[in-house]
Amino acid sequence: MSAIALPRAAAARAPLWRRVSSQETLLAAAIIGLAVVVGLINPRFLAANNLADILLGNAYIAVAAIGMSMVIITGNIDISVGALIGVLATVSGSLAVAGAPIAVTWLAPLVLGVAVMGLQGVVVAYLGIPAIVVTLGMLSILRGGLISVTGGKWITDLPDAFHLYDIEIFGVIPMPVAIMAGATILAAAWMRWWPRGRAIYATGGNAEAARLCGVSPRRTLVLVFLLHGFFAGVAALLFATELRVIQSTTPSGLEFTVITASVVGGVSILGGVGTVVGSTLAAILIAEITSALVFINVSPFWTHAVQGALILATVIADIVRRRRRLAGDVR
Amino acid sequence: MSAVPTSARAPRIIVRHEIILAAILVVALIGLGRLNDRFLTVDNLLNQGRLMTEVGLIALPMTFVIVTGGIDVSVGAMVGLCAIVLGYSWKNLGFPLPLAIVFSLGVGAAAGLANGLLITRVRVPPIITTIATLTLFRGLAEGISQAHSVRGYPEWFYFLGQGAVFGVPTQLLILLVAIVVFGVALDRTSFGRTLYAIGSNETAARFSALPVDRIKLAAYALSGLMSGLSAFVLVSRVTTTRSDMGMGYELDAIAAVVLGGTSIFGGSGTIWGTVIGLVMIQLLKNGLALTGVKGDATIVVIGVVLIASVLIASSLQRRRE
Repeated sequence: MSAIALPRAAAARAPLWRRVSSQETLLAAAIIGLAVVVGLINPRFLAANNLADILLGNAYIAVAAIGMSMVIITGNIDISVGALIGVLATVSGSLAVAGAPIAVTWLAPLVLGVAVMGLQGVVVAYLGIPAIVVTLGMLSILRGGLISVTGGKWITDLPDAFHLYDIEIFGVIPMPVAIMAGATILAAAWMRWWPRGRAIYATGGNAEAARLCGVSPRRTLVLVFLLHGFFAGVAALLFATELRVIQSTTPSGLEFTVITASVVGGVSILGGVGTVVGSTLAAILIAEITSALVFINVSPFWTHAVQGALILATVIADIVRRRRRLAGDVR
Repeated sequence: MSAVPTSARAPRIIVRHEIILAAILVVALIGLGRLNDRFLTVDNLLNQGRLMTEVGLIALPMTFVIVTGGIDVSVGAMVGLCAIVLGYSWKNLGFPLPLAIVFSLGVGAAAGLANGLLITRVRVPPIITTIATLTLFRGLAEGISQAHSVRGYPEWFYFLGQGAVFGVPTQLLILLVAIVVFGVALDRTSFGRTLYAIGSNETAARFSALPVDRIKLAAYALSGLMSGLSAFVLVSRVTTTRSDMGMGYELDAIAAVVLGGTSIFGGSGTIWGTVIGLVMIQLLKNGLALTGVKGDATIVVIGVVLIASVLIASSLQRRRE
């Protein structure tokens, strides 16, 4: 099991075929392949504004999946993130409507996200309560709290300056896409080349071995939850500014969509394996599939069934592939 | 990090947790009863039993699954799928209603069996398996129903969900029977003891020639079957079938099990604990609602109680060590 603790370092030296068969390459190939196939059936799928919609409408899922991937790589899980994103988006939107400075409305979800997740991280790391129980409890607290405070009312009349989606970098790249790409690249680089980033893999691969190497698994875990909170805050901001209204209820099932992106992206719940490049590509692929179904005239009510089948297929393929690879290493 | 308590010590910890929980329950009952005189009435309590049954029927096999060290978050989606299969096969496929009921129970068992096969044969971790099948089962329910609900069941069909036998709600009797069956199975049969053995140390259980995979398969299949039964009760109570039925049940069921003292790491826990956890959640919801707290705010209280109870239990355990 310890052989898979530092998979990416090993992959760099691996033979070409093995690098080609990495989860990230497969996902990229699937994204392009699907676009080609659906484009042949219905060329309108490839229209620039449809492709832009796919990216813009789902950037927040990819961003949230970055933090989720880190959490899962340490061998934990977080099912409160969907509810947290709902709460943070509502807080941000309410501040904006109340006339707070735009900087405050953008910073508030980040700070609050870090605080809530940091608290959960401390409980998980230092009090030894399993993450699934802590985050299940937090999910109840956040979901119930939000509905009882807002009464499920929608937030409207948001000031124009609040909307990140109207900003474009260099006049071409929309802000959400830039944030998604930037956050993914930074997080991936940090996790691959910085010692503290490597510590995440070490903790997830074998916490005891990590401790003996001078890495504090507890502190690493708290750091991961703090970062996860930060990314949840960014995701909430993207979610809040996407449309002109904020539905102040928690988007139900969002946590599972985020976890799905991480897992399809190749992050293993057994800990120590996966990259955030994979999870971002997976988030894009899932969004692309959802959109593709519309263009090949499949009833939208089948969307979740297809998504579920997709997750199952990737997870099974990934496990079979990994098992074969492990067998190959032994030989 | 000794996830494997010795067999001599484990029962004492569990008993301790259940007694604490029962004490909290009694205090809460008295407190809520004093705040509102409608709370501690036979009618109200029986009605709460009726409302508690759907999650209760799921929480029992969930205890089995969590005792083995696994988890099943697809139960709510299986309730939705079974409810849709029941309604659709009766209304659209023209099955006689009794056959439709049996068919939907069969679909539930098959769905649970699929979870079990993925977990034992392909070795996909339970949380990932059931998150994936949660999406799949809910998606199938949505796809089959195409957002159409089914209504207009014959009168006899409502007996299970709305009727009563000697004044006791029908489904509450079913829940009571299920509690006894599951309790005895976990405590007194080799099947139940194997569940504990798997949860304490799966490798050791394998080396002891216990049929680990078959027992786990049975636990997940039971989870699916009971989700089907829960769907039947639910449809019969609310008289209609929709694809979003059972949404969030997984959280309530897991909360009841964990609140009841079953370790999420597996290897310890009892059905009686789960029952106390279940009753506690339902009465807390109802008691708070009667004292004027809105329904959504009671979810907050359940979250707090869940985390607090686990914190207290773990600190007690640490002090003992």
